Amino acid sequence: MTTTTAPRVVETPRAIARLRPSPRWLLHIVLVVIAVIWLAPSVGLLITSFRPPAAIADSGWWTAFSPARFTLANYEHVLFSQGMGQAFRNSFLITIPSTILPLIVASLAAYAFAWLDFPGRDWVFLGVLVLLIIPLQTTLVPVLQMFNGLGLNGTLHGLWIAHTAYGLPFAIYLLRNFFASLPRDLFESARIDGANELTIFSRIVIPLSVPALASLMIFQFMWVWNDLLIALVFMSNPEYQPMTVRIQALLGTYATEWHIMSASAFVSMAVPLIVFFALQRYFVTGITAGAVKS
Amino acid sequence: MATVSFRHVWKRFGNTVAVKDLNIEVADKEFLVLVGPSGCGKSTSLRMLAGLEEITEGEILIGDRVVNNVAPKDRDVAMVFQSYALYPHMTVYENMAFGLRLRKTPKQVIDQRVREAARSLGIDNLLDRRPRQLSGGQRQRVAVGRAIVREPAVFLMDEPLSNLDAKLRVEARSFISKLHQRLGTTFIYVTHDQVEAMTMGTRIAVMSAGELQQIDTPYNLYHNPRNVFVAGFIGSPSMNFFDAVLKEEDGKVIVETPAFRIPLPPAVGNMYRGHAGKRVVFGVRPEDIHDVDYQPPGILPAIIEANVEVVEQMGNEMNLYLEEQGKTFIARTDPRTQARVGKRQAVAINTSNIHLFDANTELSLAYEAKQAQPETIGASN
Repeated sequence: MTTTTAPRVVETPRAIARLRPSPRWLLHIVLVVIAVIWLAPSVGLLITSFRPPAAIADSGWWTAFSPARFTLANYEHVLFSQGMGQAFRNSFLITIPSTILPLIVASLAAYAFAWLDFPGRDWVFLGVLVLLIIPLQTTLVPVLQMFNGLGLNGTLHGLWIAHTAYGLPFAIYLLRNFFASLPRDLFESARIDGANELTIFSRIVIPLSVPALASLMIFQFMWVWNDLLIALVFMSNPEYQPMTVRIQALLGTYATEWHIMSASAFVSMAVPLIVFFALQRYFVTGITAGAVKS
Repeated sequence: MATVSFRHVWKRFGNTVAVKDLNIEVADKEFLVLVGPSGCGKSTSLRMLAGLEEITEGEILIGDRVVNNVAPKDRDVAMVFQSYALYPHMTVYENMAFGLRLRKTPKQVIDQRVREAARSLGIDNLLDRRPRQLSGGQRQRVAVGRAIVREPAVFLMDEPLSNLDAKLRVEARSFISKLHQRLGTTFIYVTHDQVEAMTMGTRIAVMSAGELQQIDTPYNLYHNPRNVFVAGFIGSPSMNFFDAVLKEEDGKVIVETPAFRIPLPPAVGNMYRGHAGKRVVFGVRPEDIHDVDYQPPGILPAIIEANVEVVEQMGNEMNLYLEEQGKTFIARTDPRTQARVGKRQAVAINTSNIHLFDANTELSLAYEAKQAQPETIGASN
C-alpha cells in the first residue's frame, strides 16, 4: 500500500513545478530594484561627502569616478572647524540618557500593566494607548510654557525629560504586550521559589525580554538621534544643540554648502547604523524556547 | 513534613463556583491524588494551597498553621508545573539553585543539594545545559529536581506527566512513587488521569464540578464507589450503567432493566432489600461480565444474552461491545472467547460485584454496608 502511493506523493510537487515556473528569480529582481532605488540617495550622499566643493558644484556624484577626485577635507572641516564636533558630542549627550530613561520607566510600567493587579489598571493603560494618537505638535506650546516656568528650557535634562515623555507611550505599549506574552507559570514558579516582584522583574522578566528591549532601544535611539523638532523647540542654548539642529542651520546661513552638508549628514547617519548592526543580533526570536512545553 | 487540611474551602470566580465546600485532611507523608475531569476544581484547589489563588471562603492549614494569608514563598511548599516552568535563560544548575539562592542558603549547601538531587534524578550530566537543550523527560526531571532541593514540607504536582509520551509517563509514574517513598514527604498530586491516580496515590480524592465526590484508598474507590460519578470515572473501560427497577418477588431481590432481569443471590440481595420498588441505576464493571464458557470459578453468575457489535482482541483479554434492547455495554472477557460480530452471545454477570445507585440522588445504596465489610478495607496501607 505504502510502496504504491509513495512515488506519487514524491512526484506531485515536481509536476506542479513544471506547470508553474518558479517566481523566485522574479522576486529577486524586484528586491534588487527596490534596494537600488532605496540606496541611491545614500550612496550619492556618501560619494558627495568625499568630493571637493568645486567638483560638487561642477558635476553630479555619478560622474565622480571619471576622473576620480576625492578628499577627506570635508570631514575634517565638519568635525573640527564647523562646531559639528561639539554638536556630535551633544547628540550623544542627548540621545543616550533619552534612550535609557524611557526604557527603565517603560519596563517598570509595562510590568505593572502586564502582571500586577491594581484598581483601574486597564483604564490607565487605555489612557497610555490614547496618548499614542495625540500629535506631538499639539503639545509643544504648552510643554514649552511649562518648561519655561520650571527653568527646564534650554537644559539637557529638560530635553531628556521631553524625549522620555514623548517616547513612553509607545515603549510601554510594546513592552507590556511582550511581558504579557511571557508564560504565567514562570511567574508563579518564581513566586513559590521565593521571589518578590522586584526579583521576578529583574531576574526573570528583564533577561527574557532582551529582544523586545533591544528593538525598543533601537527605535528610541534613532528617533532621538534623528529628532530635529523637539531639539529645535526645547534646546534654545546653542552650546547643547545636536547635529540635526546644526545641519539644518547650515541650510540657511550659508548658501547651502553641499560639501559640509553631505559630510555632516553622513556622520549623523553613521551612528544609528552602527547602533542597529550592534543590536540586531538580539533580535533573535525564540529566546524563550524551552521555558514551558507548548 | 506536614499535614494539610482544607476546611470548608470555597473558591468563586465572579458568579462561577470553582470549588464548593471542600474538606480534606491529608496526613503527614501521605500521597494524595486529586483527580477529576477538566474544570472540576482540582487544579484550583492545589493553587489555593500553593498560594497562587486566593481562598474565597474557608481555611487551608499546612501543619497547624492557617496559610490563607501567607505568601507562597513562606508556605514551605514546592510545586511542579504541568509546563515545568523552567527559567529558559538559566542553566539546569541555576534553575535548581534559584529558590535556594533567593533564600540566602550558603553556597556550599546549595552546591551540595543541587548535585545530590541531580545525581539521584540522573541529570547530573545536564547541569550546564539550558532548558531548550533538554528533552521533555529531562525537563520534567529538572522541574522535579528544582522542587526537591528546596526540601519543602509539602510537594505539589499539577499534572506533571501530561506532556510526556505514553512510555515516558509509565516510567515517570514509578519514578515519582519511588521519590515519595525515599523523601517521606507529603505529596499532593493533581491529575485527570485515573490510571495515574490509582497507581500512585495512597488515597485519592475524586472531584467533579467543584465538589469532592469521594476520598478513599484506590481499592475502596474501585470496589465501593459512593456515587455514579465515581463509579464511572474510576476504571477503564468504565462501568456499564443501566436504568433499572429493584423488585422483590417470592423473597428474592431482582434487578429489572428493559433488557434483562437479574435475580440477586441472598447475600447481595439482603443489602438492597429495603430499597425494593425503587428506580435505581444498575452498575456492573466490564470485568465482571464473562463469557459463559470461560467464567472464573467461584462467582455467582446471572446469565444474559446480547448481540455482539464490536470485538476488540487485546491479546490478554477481549473487549466485547454488546447491545440488547438498544442499550450498549462492554464486557472484558477471556481472550479465547469465540464471540462473532452480529451473533448472539451468552454472558455471565458476576452478581457479587454489582453496584446499585439511587436513580434520583445517584448515591450508592450499599455504600455504608460495604464500608463495614472487612474485605473492602484491605489492599492499601
